[in-house]
This record gives sequence, structure tokens and C-alpha cells, in this order.
Amino acid sequence: MFLLDALTLAASESNLLAAREQMAFTLGFHIVLSCFGVALPATILVANYLGLKRGDNDAMELARRWSKAMAVTFAVGAVTGTVLSFEFGLLWPEFVDRFGSVFGIAFAIEGIFFFIEAIFLAIYIYGWKRLGGWAHFWSGVPMVITGIGGAFSVVAANSWMNQPQGFTLNAAGKVVDIDPLEVLFNPATGYEVPHMILAAYMVVGFLVASIYAVGMLKGRRDRLHRLGLLIPLTIGCIATPIQLFVGDTAARGIADHQPAKFAGMECIQETGPNQTEWVGGICTEDGVKWGIGIPDLDSYLVGFSADTVVIGLEDIPVDERPPANTLLHLAFDTMVGVGTGLMLLAVWLAIVWWKRRDIPQTRWFLRVVSISGAGAVLALWCGWIVTEVGRQPWIVQGYMRTSEAVTQADGIWFSFAGVLLLYAALGTTAVLVLRGMSRRWREGGAEPEGTPYAPPEEAVK
Amino acid sequence: MSKADAAAAILWVGVTFYALFGGADFGGGLWDLIAGDAEKGERPRDLIQSSLTPVWEANHVWLIFVLVVLWTAFSAAFSAIFSTLYVPIALAAVGIVLRGAGFAFRKQIEGLQARRAAGATFALSSVLTPFFMGVVVGAVASGEVPADGNGDAFSTWLQPLPLLTGVLFVATSAYLAAVFLVGDARRAGDPDLERYFVRRSLAAAAVAGIGAAVGLVELHAEARYVFDRLVDQGLPLVIASAACGLGLLALLLRPMGRKVDSGSTYRPIGGRFLRPLAAGAVVSVIWGWGVAQWPYLLPTSMRIDEAAAPDSTLIMVFVVFAAAAVFVLPSLALLYALSQRDLLEHEH
Repeated sequence: MFLLDALTLAASESNLLAAREQMAFTLGFHIVLSCFGVALPATILVANYLGLKRGDNDAMELARRWSKAMAVTFAVGAVTGTVLSFEFGLLWPEFVDRFGSVFGIAFAIEGIFFFIEAIFLAIYIYGWKRLGGWAHFWSGVPMVITGIGGAFSVVAANSWMNQPQGFTLNAAGKVVDIDPLEVLFNPATGYEVPHMILAAYMVVGFLVASIYAVGMLKGRRDRLHRLGLLIPLTIGCIATPIQLFVGDTAARGIADHQPAKFAGMECIQETGPNQTEWVGGICTEDGVKWGIGIPDLDSYLVGFSADTVVIGLEDIPVDERPPANTLLHLAFDTMVGVGTGLMLLAVWLAIVWWKRRDIPQTRWFLRVVSISGAGAVLALWCGWIVTEVGRQPWIVQGYMRTSEAVTQADGIWFSFAGVLLLYAALGTTAVLVLRGMSRRWREGGAEPEGTPYAPPEEAVK
Repeated sequence: MSKADAAAAILWVGVTFYALFGGADFGGGLWDLIAGDAEKGERPRDLIQSSLTPVWEANHVWLIFVLVVLWTAFSAAFSAIFSTLYVPIALAAVGIVLRGAGFAFRKQIEGLQARRAAGATFALSSVLTPFFMGVVVGAVASGEVPADGNGDAFSTWLQPLPLLTGVLFVATSAYLAAVFLVGDARRAGDPDLERYFVRRSLAAAAVAGIGAAVGLVELHAEARYVFDRLVDQGLPLVIASAACGLGLLALLLRPMGRKVDSGSTYRPIGGRFLRPLAAGAVVSVIWGWGVAQWPYLLPTSMRIDEAAAPDSTLIMVFVVFAAAAVFVLPSLALLYALSQRDLLEHEH
């Protein structure tokens, strides 16, 4: 009997791990594309506006190209987002069963935003030729608003998982009443939502700029490339200082609301004042090894005073401590490090622009810009690792454990393997398609003509 | 009408829109798949491409709407369905990914072979996705989903009725798509292509009609509760569906008998009834199914009121639905209007 129980337990733990890995992977894939859904429309419209207002053909051409790329990223984003909504049921049916009526309302609102975004995206992308210039520009504006609204709704749902409130449970643990406003505007919403929206603008800004930086490093120094670098880079550089401020607020919010997560990501073992801020290193039960320690800084960052008491893992029940503290700690440090680096890049650009009204002309500047996009994506992933792994073992902080939420279905490892293969093909093809589009534009060649897979005309003859 | 029933009605409205517009897009993929070799299939594929391109993503969002309303308003039913029918659901999800990606990639990808592969992926998954969705619906209708979920992973849907429902979904999608494409071909002023899709509408209608008849027999055998209510309370809707179908057949058959010249005078009457009749046939089946299941969400293991979320959540669902009616429907109307007036290019 005991052996059977142990076997069942082992099987369900393996299921839990597989389900978490699959969720993390599919979310990590989708989150990059969703950044494009949130922030690319605004980037395109800036170029479009410059094109219309100043009769700038280069800006107009950029807007046109980026909107074609958006058709691809939005399609992949839409289907990978659909997979995530399926996964709520396929991987976490018990979570939906118990709390679907609470967090679901955020997704219901998101559905409206996504709907409107998809509609106006189609009008904008396919309306280039036959809609009038300004009518076409305005048809793109709803995408910007709904992108932000959609991000608000989805991230509010995630914030609620971190700071659940606004619902009443009966004696059997069933949700019997909810307060939608308390659900949507939970304590974590205030910092998680702006943190993610700014992250989206940074990812898109730096990623698009880095594509043009690579082109310029290869000697393509025409005006189109400089503008293609400058517009998105400016957007990323404006978002960065605000992001540092919001991120700092978020860290203090977490120290306040989720001490276990904070202790995990900062590797704080003992509760007390004068906590050292550790940069890098490995987290052990005796604190950080091989890291750089700055005395008192952690206490100072949490409460603006070295006397601030920070809760350590010793005060968190063993079965409520987050796992993988080294991963959490390094992910947090990487995110902060990349953010700081991007801030320096923003300062660099700002100083040179202020002095010369031009981008820095050195190859080093272009090299830094060319890796800034990858850096922003890395920081995005690290931030989500801190948020999600740091909340473990809870799926709904304090109310439901992830192990209670997971499906009892067999074969999750099998489905994870399938998802890996499918997404590898999807990601590779998407990159190849985008690169192909970029090469055709560069060579001034036409789009593939005619029907989707009819033979090219010369092949028929 | 209770709040729970009203929420179920909203769910059904979403299902209806998805079946009509999402269904037609899947059907377009099926016609693309069997349009023959590159040369023979060029013109129909071009028409399918141009009518799908601006609208397929917006149409796809109805699925998200249905999922979100189901898990918000009827969390217990969502959980029971997904924890039981996860195999066909996961296969449908794979189909959705391949369909969308294949469609988006095939216009832009480099090289003829790669474009054919992307196109074939789009077309094949356009058939598999509605099939597995139909399997899920068939399994729900035949009462295979236990209220507590975690039903058997295979025996719940590897049965005649769910599989037949899958086939019926594919045939219905094909039928809707063909009828919609008849209209698109007419707008494009292409009588050959119009006749091409008239023939295909008839073929699909025949398959769907036979499938529906066999389905009724299977429904009688496997889903007695639903059958009994369908031929009782649901009978007016069944008759309405059959009438729409027959009316459409009459319209489609009429010009096939006589030689028609091409040009703008080509069959002026009846054309504007094609789409409403096709839609009517499908809409009345969906609502007939809803009436037949009532008051169950999962016949006969979970009633609508048992599955329903607290009133405060349902009210939020109504608010969201009202917002959809105010903001989404006019936007959709604008998109369709622009698309139908050829103000949106498909050669982006």
C-alpha cells in the first residue's frame, strides 16, 4: 500500500514537473511575440506619422516593412497565445475549476482587447494601398490602445495569482462571491502591469534597433537604416529609465507582499536588519557563495535604511519556500544587470544626441545596440522566472499549491516533447521568413507573386 | 431566464460566430487542400487566399471568446471537459498552431518547395482542427464527460458519434466556405470559379446532409437525452435548418441547368440569399443542439446552474459581452465591409 502511494506520488510529481516545464517553455516563447503585439504598433505608427507629417519616404517605407513583419509575428503570437489558453485546461484543470470564476474575468476583458486589436491590425496591415494616408494611420491607433489594455488584463490575472484577493470562499473552499475591481486591481497590479508594458516597449525597441545596428555594422549606412535604428532605439531608451524606477518599486512591493519570493531571489537566509546585497554567486543554506557583497544595501533598498528588517528563508515554513534559489537569484541579478546596461546605453545616446543631434558614429555604439535586443529579451525571461518560480510552490499565493492544480492526465512529458518539436519548427520558420523578407527588401525585389504555391511563371513555361 | 442560462446563451452566441466564420475559414483550407496541382488549383487557391487573409485572425478570436467564457462562467465544466478529452483537444491545438502559422508563412517564405510545404501544412491542419473540435463536441453531447472530469482518455471519444460529429464539422465547414466563396467569386466577376464553388457547395451539402442523417441515428443510439429533446423542443430548429439547406440547394441548382453568359447580368436574383441561407442552416443546428442539451451543460452529468460561477462573475461576463456588442461587432462589421469592398489588399 505504502509503495503504491509512493509510486503515485512520484508519478504526480513527475507530471507536475513536466507540466511546469511545458508551461514555462510555451509562455517564454509567447511572451516575446506578445511584446510585439503590445509595442510594435506604436513603433510603426511613429514611423508612419513621421512619414505623413514630413513627407519622409524612408520613414514611410519603414512603417510599411514593419507592418508586414507584424503580420507574421502577430499570427505566430495569436496561435501560441491560443495554446496557452488551451493549457489552462490541459495542464491546470483544477486551477480553473477552483478559481476560473475569479481570474477568468481578467481574461474575458483581455478577449475584448485582443479582438479589437486583431480587427484593426488586419485593417492597418492590409489597408496600405487603398485607404487614405491619415485614415490608414488612424486605423492603426486602436492597436496601440488595445495592446496596452490586453497587457493590463493578462498581467492583472498574473498579479492576482501573486496577490490573490477579491473573492469569498465557503466552508468547502468553493468561490461563492467575487469583487471584480479587487481582483483586477490587486496590490501587485500596480507594479507588475507597468513593468510588463514597459518591458514590451523595451524588447521591441531594442530588438528592432539591433536588427538595423547589425545592418549598419555590415556597411549599410543609408538613411533608412539610421532611421530604422533611431526610431525604435529612442522608444526603448525612453522606456528604460521609467522601467528602472518601476522595477525598483516592484522589488519593494515583493519584499512587502511576498517575503518568501524576495528572500529566494536575494538569497536571504536569516531575518534581520543590515542585510547585504549580493551580486551574482551561488545561493546556499549559509547564504551567497562567490558573490560580490555590498553591506547593508539590501536593507537600504527595501526600506531606505540599513535598519530595515528583511525576512529570511528561516522564517518561511520549509514547504512554502521557493525552489531553485540560485536560479532565482541569478535571474534577478541578470534582469537588473541588463536593465542597468540598457540605461547606460540610453544615457550614451542621449548625451551624443544632445551635443550633435545625431547617433554616436562609433562601431562600439552599433555593437552595443546590436546586442541590446537579445539583452532585453533575456531580461524579460529572467523577470518571468523570478515572478513564476519565485511564487512556487503556490499557483495562487497562499491558497492553492501548483501540485494541487496539475492535471492527472498521463503523458505530459510526451506532450512537452511534442511542443518542443513543434515550437522549434515554428520559431525557426518564423525567423527564416522574417530574414527572407528583410533580404528581399534590401535587394529591392518584389514580394512572391501570385497564388500561395503556384509555380513561378518561368517554371510553367 | 436565470443568470446561468443567460451566460450559457452568451457562450452559444460565441460558438455560433466561431462556427460560421472560423468554420468557413477552415473550410477554405479544405478546398485549398483538394484543389489539385499547382496549375489547376491556382485560381481557386488565389480566391481562397484573398478572402481569408484579412479576416482569419479576427475570426479566430471567437474561439478565444468561447474558451474564456467557458472557463470564467462555467469553470467546473471547462475543467471536466479538458481533463477528460485532452487528447482530441491537444490535437486541435496543434492544428490551430499549424494552420495559423502555415497560412501566415506560405505567402512570405522563400522557395517553391517551402511554400508548398507551408501551404500543405495550412490546408491539412484546416481539416484536422475542425475534425477534433467536432470530436470534442460529439463526446460532450453523447454524455461522455463525467462531472468530476478525468474521464477515460480514449474511450470517451473513440466512438461512432464523436467521430461522426468530427466528420460533420469538416463537411459543414467545407459547405460554408464553398457558399461564401461562391459569393466572393461572383464579386470578383469570375463565373467559372463561381460554378466551381457551386459544385463544391452541392457536394459538401450532400455529405453534410447524409452525415446529419446518420448522426441522428447515432444520436438516438448514443445520446438519447439529446436526441429526445432535439426531436421535441428542438424540432422547430431542426426543421428550420433543413428548410434553409433545401432552399439553398434550390438556389444553387437553378442556374446549373441553363447556360449562363458571363458578365454583370449573371444570375442577379438569389445571390444575396446564398450566405444567409447557409448561415441559417448552421445557426439553427447549433441552437437546436443547445436546446436539446438544456438544462445540461454536460448531458446528463452537469446542469448549467450547477456549473455556473457566482452571480458576481456572471454579471461581469454580461458586462464584457455588452462591451463586445458595442465595440467588437461594429469593428468586425467595418472589417468585413472594407474587405468585401476590396479596400483591403490580400497581397500585402
